Amino acid sequence: MNTLAADRQVSAAGTRRFGMGLLARREAMVGYIAIAPWFIGFVAFELGPLLTSLYLSLTKFDVLTDPKWVGLKNWNKMLFNDPLVWHSLKVTAIYSVGAVALGLVLGLGLALLLNQDVGGLSFYRTVFYTPAVVSGAAVAMMWLLLLNPEAGVINRLLELVGIPGPAWLFDRQWALPAFILMSIWGIGGGMVLYLAALQGVPTELYDAAMIDGAGPWPKLWFVTLPMISPVIFFNLVMGIIGSFQVFTSAFIMTKGGPANATYFFVLGIYLNAFEFLKMGYASALAWMLAVIILVLTLVAFRSSGRWVHYEGQVR
Amino acid sequence: MTETTAEGTGTAFAAARRQNSIARKVRTITKLVIHVALIGGGFAVLIPFFWMLSSSLKPDWEIFQIPPTWIPEEPLWQNYAIVLTGERPDAEGSRAGQGWSFLGFMWNTAYVTFWVLVGRLLTASLAAYGFARLRFPGRNVLFITMLTTMMVPGHVTMIPLYIIFKNLNTLDTYWPLALPVWFGGGAFFIFLLRQFINSIPSDYDDAARIDGCSWLGVYWRIILPMIKPALGAVAIFSFMASWNDFMGPLIYLSSMDKYTISIGLHFFRSVASPAARPLWNLVMAASLVAMVPPLLLFFFAQRYYIQGIVVSGIKG
Repeated sequence: MNTLAADRQVSAAGTRRFGMGLLARREAMVGYIAIAPWFIGFVAFELGPLLTSLYLSLTKFDVLTDPKWVGLKNWNKMLFNDPLVWHSLKVTAIYSVGAVALGLVLGLGLALLLNQDVGGLSFYRTVFYTPAVVSGAAVAMMWLLLLNPEAGVINRLLELVGIPGPAWLFDRQWALPAFILMSIWGIGGGMVLYLAALQGVPTELYDAAMIDGAGPWPKLWFVTLPMISPVIFFNLVMGIIGSFQVFTSAFIMTKGGPANATYFFVLGIYLNAFEFLKMGYASALAWMLAVIILVLTLVAFRSSGRWVHYEGQVR
Repeated sequence: MTETTAEGTGTAFAAARRQNSIARKVRTITKLVIHVALIGGGFAVLIPFFWMLSSSLKPDWEIFQIPPTWIPEEPLWQNYAIVLTGERPDAEGSRAGQGWSFLGFMWNTAYVTFWVLVGRLLTASLAAYGFARLRFPGRNVLFITMLTTMMVPGHVTMIPLYIIFKNLNTLDTYWPLALPVWFGGGAFFIFLLRQFINSIPSDYDDAARIDGCSWLGVYWRIILPMIKPALGAVAIFSFMASWNDFMGPLIYLSSMDKYTISIGLHFFRSVASPAARPLWNLVMAASLVAMVPPLLLFFFAQRYYIQGIVVSGIKG
């Protein structure tokens, strides 16, 4: 720490005893001004709505008339009397497990291949990252055509190797796998993060492992994976949180069908709120989502101590 | 005696050399296998784009043709003119004069994206500066509060926000999409910028302060110019988020002349197609048009981009 900063601390401690000095008061003033936009936004667009949402979840509200207090009725229905809620959780969870697990394995695999120093790194990286750049409605449209049983390229390619392709989005069994397939297309985003992590592993660790007689697999298992485990962990958490918030593709491509096979949780929130105008019930659902995400995040952080290795951390 | 030794070392050398060349061969073959795998994967990634491009240039009947054509027999570039202007040269099934055009949707999207970007860069960097550099009572509590809000999914505040903007009489305007961003621009971005500011030695501020610069002057003249790379990353992510946003426009915009491009695409496929089923060639042309700005940004600002992802952990 430089002396000026140290001086500052001393003087700050000194003025605290006698109340704030003029300079410190002015600094604090500017500080409040600097964070004021955020703070106003926090109160008006975060905290206020959060509490309002909790209140609305205890009411029957259709936007057109005033909210009517119904107590825990919405929560009761959501937790015990609405099979669609549990179904949508199941759909979302299956998608989450499939997309996150495959994303991890394939994304990491790609990064490992790219890290083998075979040449063309930046070219391949650009190619594989491109799908992560585009998203939203345009990508959903593209996949609608790709997955089309007649006009789509996927079934055309399957035909070439003699496999009759399924009807994908029109088939209860295959609609959700189609969404997972779509998510795999975007693994380049995770790959870039893994690649950066791999390039950050100190080479002397590999030299040491080689001297100890480790082959490529032990090196991967005992050096590479532990060293990049923080990034794996980070991607895992973000992937799970993201997969619980799938909306655009589900809304555009299937609107939950066929037979609710792709009724993702956030789609349920949206439909209840803005199509069925059950704003109270939708608020309860939204709170359930928030709690689920909170719990998943906490569980992930809890478990991380057991398998995530932080370099420089004293145990 | 000496001869045999020489011979011995000779064969040892030869064996070593042979082993070496085998190792080299194995290495070459491994490299080749890796390249083949990567090229295969690369095709898998690019074929969807290619199929979209190819379909966008086909006449409607050719899309469902069996066997399929990879390259359209006669590329119909006019498909792009149709979606961009909203006018069909042939009168049949004409939707001309109905008020939609993807040029219009693009303009709307660019407009929203711009105002969101400006608001986010200004207020997020200001808040980040406050949290990183200025000392005031309650700073740490407020900072932790801000971090906590990152965990709250936007869907929880979605309904109350809708009611707020309804009461403000701003439904079907761009206010609900841009206004909240002018209040801090999002906890994540504040956090990102604050981390970046913390990595700049405070000697710069001290020097400027001693020279008589005000605290806000330090923000404007010292900090902002020095965090340009981080601002670049924030700008890129902000652009992508606004450009691709679907739920916001879906909830707030209802008249066609205000649609952003994502909502315009949805509308175009489900309502505006002149035929009973979507005209896939036009839908694909429009989707490709929607993808062009993010793709261009990526190809031209790639270094910034990858850096930004790695620093922030956003996957795009």
